[in-house]
Amino acid sequence: MLNSPSQSQTVDFAKIREDFPILHRSVKGKPMVFLDSAASSQKPKAVIDVLNQYYENTNANVHRGVYQLSQEATDAFEAGRRKVQAFINARHEHEVIFVRGTTEGINLVASSFGRQFLQAGDEILISAMEHHSNIVPWQLIAGQTGASLRVIPVSDTGELDMEAFDSLLHERTKIVALTHVSNTMGTINPVKTIIGKAHQKGIPVLIDGAQAIPHMEIDVQELDADFYVFSGHKMLGPTGIGILYGKEKWLNQMPPYHGGGEMIKTVTFAETTYADLPHKFEAGTPDISGAIGLGAAIDYINAVGRDAIAAYEHQLLEYGTQKMLEIPGIRIIGTAENKASVISFLLEGTHPFDVGTILDQMGVAVRTGHHCTQPLMERFEIPGTVRASFALYNNFEDIDRLVEAVQKAATMLR
Amino acid sequence: MTINEIQDEIIDEFSFFGDWMEKYEYIIDLGKGLSLIDEQYKTDDYLIRGCQSRVWLRADAAPGGKVVFTADSDAVITKGIIALLMRVLSDQTATEVANADLYFIDKIGLKEHLSPTRSNGLLSMVKQMKLYGLALSTQAS
Repeated sequence: MLNSPSQSQTVDFAKIREDFPILHRSVKGKPMVFLDSAASSQKPKAVIDVLNQYYENTNANVHRGVYQLSQEATDAFEAGRRKVQAFINARHEHEVIFVRGTTEGINLVASSFGRQFLQAGDEILISAMEHHSNIVPWQLIAGQTGASLRVIPVSDTGELDMEAFDSLLHERTKIVALTHVSNTMGTINPVKTIIGKAHQKGIPVLIDGAQAIPHMEIDVQELDADFYVFSGHKMLGPTGIGILYGKEKWLNQMPPYHGGGEMIKTVTFAETTYADLPHKFEAGTPDISGAIGLGAAIDYINAVGRDAIAAYEHQLLEYGTQKMLEIPGIRIIGTAENKASVISFLLEGTHPFDVGTILDQMGVAVRTGHHCTQPLMERFEIPGTVRASFALYNNFEDIDRLVEAVQKAATMLR
Repeated sequence: MTINEIQDEIIDEFSFFGDWMEKYEYIIDLGKGLSLIDEQYKTDDYLIRGCQSRVWLRADAAPGGKVVFTADSDAVITKGIIALLMRVLSDQTATEVANADLYFIDKIGLKEHLSPTRSNGLLSMVKQMKLYGLALSTQAS
């Protein structure tokens, strides 16, 4: 574990790799090259140890026991919430809602905000590069309320058409829901500008931060986002825990999403009054170990330093892009100026699935397919891509192995 | 040849491959062969929805209670494995298709391609072939 200050010059990224036990294993007799962190990141030993310690020493249900163990579990759980609050610079602790992941967070907002504020004729503005989890929840609530979905188009380089955005944003728009970073192409969207423009017209904005949070500093107050949603498992934390940040003023006006324990003040058969934030949106026993593990992941990221991580990942992206483009017949999908460490590509004359299969045989783990962005694949008229995504524990040798494997796939498949 | 005789023959052929590359080069060669389905049937009606590669499958009843399969895929490795499945199951009686135990896939080290997590449409295809076999054998009796 690192204790050094967060200066990119002082971070030894070769040492960081040692903190991730899974990277020592092999696949098909070869050292594993893991290039699918955009789907789910690996976990440092510090996070794994905290999860073990929780179950060995602290496990009890939260917020109800009078006994010491439950108090300790509650303290650790709530400490996780405060770490998240500080990490994204939320104004209030109770604006941080624990959910299962980004998908649940978006569903919560679509359902609760939608039931309260949407009616027939209203519009929900999304973009053509959204993950299915930022499309389908809005389609569901649109179907129930009579609202409709409008879509900001994407350019050939994989960037939002901002002129189209300006004209699509009008008085019928009731909410804008947009990804911060494209999971398929790595495009970093100008969300601060977009939020500013929407707010000029009094329209709230939800940002899907699943792909942004592992790679850059996020300050929800500086962005002025109304909702910011992300998953723990993509940022070195455990699976099953995620965060919905929402401004107090919106969360207070929205009805609960799930009913059950934890989220009530009083219950009679005639009427129930709801608990205050954040508990109103946290029905049932939460993912206690997940919240604590997420806190440990935040500690880890802070110790390395987010600036250092961003700078290092950018080096990987630049090196990877340059090396990949040296392979004849490579087409990169997503060539935005502002990009996170994702390279989505096609190899001319081959199917992404075939390339992925050969890469797997060579111990290189990548994602192939439509990446849950079918409308985007249609936009580019392609069946899917091969996606390599890099995290702080990857190194330049991983990229060399990727390039070597893609060259082998080209020889075998063409 | 019976289904099991063909399977044993394939297992025997694959035993000569020295490493994964030789094996996949063979499968890729099979996949690069002629289309295994008439182009007019490469439509949504015959499409088996896998997550990653598309697979089209058609079954026709043939004399003697037999069933003839034709199929194709847009991914060449998937298509190569389809070619092997055709060799084993096509032109066999519907009853034998419905009751076939496809052990050769495991024996030649391609089990992962028929796992539910692979989502390449092959597992759905095998299920669909057996369903066709079942349907045609019930019709016949």
